[in-house]
Amino acid sequence: MQPAKARKGIHRRKVLKMRIDKRKYDELRPLEIKAGVIPNANGSAMVRMGKTIAVAAVYGPREMFPKFKQKSNKAVLNTLYTMVPFSTTERVRPGRSRRSMEICKVTRQALEPAIFLEEFPKSVIDVYINIIQADAGTRTAGINAASVALADAGIPMRDLVASVAGGKIGKNFLVDLCMEEEEETEADVPVAYMPRTRQITLLQMDGDLPKEDVKEIIKLAIKSIEKIYKEQRKALEARWKKG
Amino acid sequence: MEKRVIKMIMQDQYVLDMAAEGKRVDGRKHDEFRKIEIEKNPLEKPEGSARVRIGKTDVIVGVKMEVGEPFPDKPDEGTLMVGAEFSPMASPDFEAGPPREDAVELARVVDRGIRESGAIDVKKLCIKKKEKVWIVMIDIQIMNHDGNLFDASTLGAITALLNTKIPEYDEKKDEINYEKKTKVLPVTCKPVSVTFAKIGNQIFVDPGLDEENVEGGRITVTTKDNGNICAIQKGSPVPFTLDEIEKIFDMAIEKGKELRKLV
Amino acid sequence: MEKAEAEKQKGEGKLLKGERELVLPGDKIVESMDFLPGKNCFREGNTILAKRLGILSVSNRVISVIPLNSVYIPKPGDMVIGEVVEIQPTGWVVNIDAPQDAYLPLSGVRKFIDTTKMDLSKFYGMGDIIYAKIVSSNQGSIHLTMQDSRARKLIGGRIAKINPAKVPRLIGKQGSMISMIKSKTGCRISVGQNGLIWIDGKKCNEVLMVIKLIEDEAQVEGLTDRISEMLGGEEKTKAGSTGNAASQGTEGHSQEEGVKNEN
Repeated sequence: MQPAKARKGIHRRKVLKMRIDKRKYDELRPLEIKAGVIPNANGSAMVRMGKTIAVAAVYGPREMFPKFKQKSNKAVLNTLYTMVPFSTTERVRPGRSRRSMEICKVTRQALEPAIFLEEFPKSVIDVYINIIQADAGTRTAGINAASVALADAGIPMRDLVASVAGGKIGKNFLVDLCMEEEEETEADVPVAYMPRTRQITLLQMDGDLPKEDVKEIIKLAIKSIEKIYKEQRKALEARWKKG
Repeated sequence: MEKRVIKMIMQDQYVLDMAAEGKRVDGRKHDEFRKIEIEKNPLEKPEGSARVRIGKTDVIVGVKMEVGEPFPDKPDEGTLMVGAEFSPMASPDFEAGPPREDAVELARVVDRGIRESGAIDVKKLCIKKKEKVWIVMIDIQIMNHDGNLFDASTLGAITALLNTKIPEYDEKKDEINYEKKTKVLPVTCKPVSVTFAKIGNQIFVDPGLDEENVEGGRITVTTKDNGNICAIQKGSPVPFTLDEIEKIFDMAIEKGKELRKLV
Repeated sequence: MEKAEAEKQKGEGKLLKGERELVLPGDKIVESMDFLPGKNCFREGNTILAKRLGILSVSNRVISVIPLNSVYIPKPGDMVIGEVVEIQPTGWVVNIDAPQDAYLPLSGVRKFIDTTKMDLSKFYGMGDIIYAKIVSSNQGSIHLTMQDSRARKLIGGRIAKINPAKVPRLIGKQGSMISMIKSKTGCRISVGQNGLIWIDGKKCNEVLMVIKLIEDEAQVEGLTDRISEMLGGEEKTKAGSTGNAASQGTEGHSQEEGVKNEN
């Protein structure tokens, strides 16, 4: 999500019928998901959405340190979202930014409802998300990767979580915005959703739209999430079917 | 507080016992590298990138270019910066937080190899003397740690540099156009490092994680195409004899030739 | 489960997934109150769903999922390998590579220890590796005991780590696999249900190779024979001809343990 002032050319593309990369409005960018990419981790996954590449690794459930952070009735879900220095056009300084801290929090809350945390008191499930390449939609790609990595690690879950952002440019509602679109959209609405339970686990928005439009964007995002969900499942099946 | 992974104390003893018989735990020869895979420019955003796998060790290196001021003592030379990140993703032993001593050491050894070998023709990176030069920023991202991060990172760095294209720079507007990358980065030679472990009185090339975990010696030697040595790092408290060092130099030069072919 | 019964169940109870089929978390398995959710399954309304990625198993109307990958979840009765990481006034804290550390109280040791006279570290010191039995595991506390004929301190040898979900495969039917490996290599092997395996003997490396193969191999069928062939040795024909290495009556307790847990 870009700050509103960064969206210079809001009305520039209004007249165009096609999206900048010739996609249909409800079409995802080329999507690639692979499970089991980090041998050291208990579970891992890579998700590529267009040029955006997210890698997630899961460690645990393992003993939580420091001990005072343990919860006696359930596991702690710890998420760490990091953009690697060469992931964007201008180098990202290593270390945590306010933006990455917020994303850690919303990512954790997007994943938490899916996990049976109560099965592992006093322990921690660490989810590390690295954005290797950023071209908009990094938090949603990160959630998609993390969800596959959690299932890959054999963590007990109610459902997989899938995620995509929606927006509106001119009269058109669209999903899975690329960087250029993100700069132009009137609103950026990342959504994460559990398709089986039909529950929204992440919802953010910045922009300026009437509620009907926001509803429309969310509905469109959910449709695309169903497609991502299928790909997540395929990735897990590809890794484990033989076993 | 440190995270605890079952310390393979017996594993260490086993590595030592094997070494006493002149053998390695994974059955490799003394001078044998694990399987090396190099991917050139797997990413689009950085100006140059490389992914290097040595066995299960997996490293991504990205090169970013920026325009900045030169150092006052070298007003007509571009500058180089190397960073390394030990992401907790890569190993259960790595922790989140600021770079550890090990990460800084890794970055500095890679830096020295490239800087001292003169691999980058820094004079050609001058835009305006005393005012503007290109800054080459190399970042090393460890994806999976299974020993010998040094050689994987150096290989990644030089491969990424060889595949780096400089973006266009508009001097008047002081703007870099990252969409247009035209000129090839002037790279003059290929410094590659070879890391050795000393376990007991044995010298092994390309130590795996099992071998690195043993309290033995570690030494990294970076050589150039012409056989010159451009960086050395003895990275452990265990001492070496001069005979051993001489043997290591010869092996570093010889193995360096093989690695250079892969780049 | 009988084949006929399986079909009957599929028709009546509407099993949405076949037995031995791969299931993912959240997969609906059956919409019926006639079935019970077993291990790694949960109920929502009248639907039974999978909690974990794994293989579906139905027996006596109990639906369960055998995980394909998971950290070790302690179960009473399991033999595990762990490292002593802390000595407390009344016992030892042991890292067993599970979601929490385990505790071995003084009462779990076969010998009477007078804490006023004896230093606990003389018994089991920091870093010692023990083969112990899990007595209880509930609400975040795991208790161990050494009051078992198999339990002991492991001295020498080395430790390998495999995916705990693959432990039953290493043990084999009625311990066939592990006893075959033991007899062919002459190694002493203790298998922890937590995926840690202790090996001691001259042919340690062969055992490790075999363990790696078992972990990586997709097909279970004929694996025992193939490994038997790989290890060679005089017993090859015997194992090959009977097609069932379980006929070698050298099973130790640890294998029986494994078999029990497989079910």
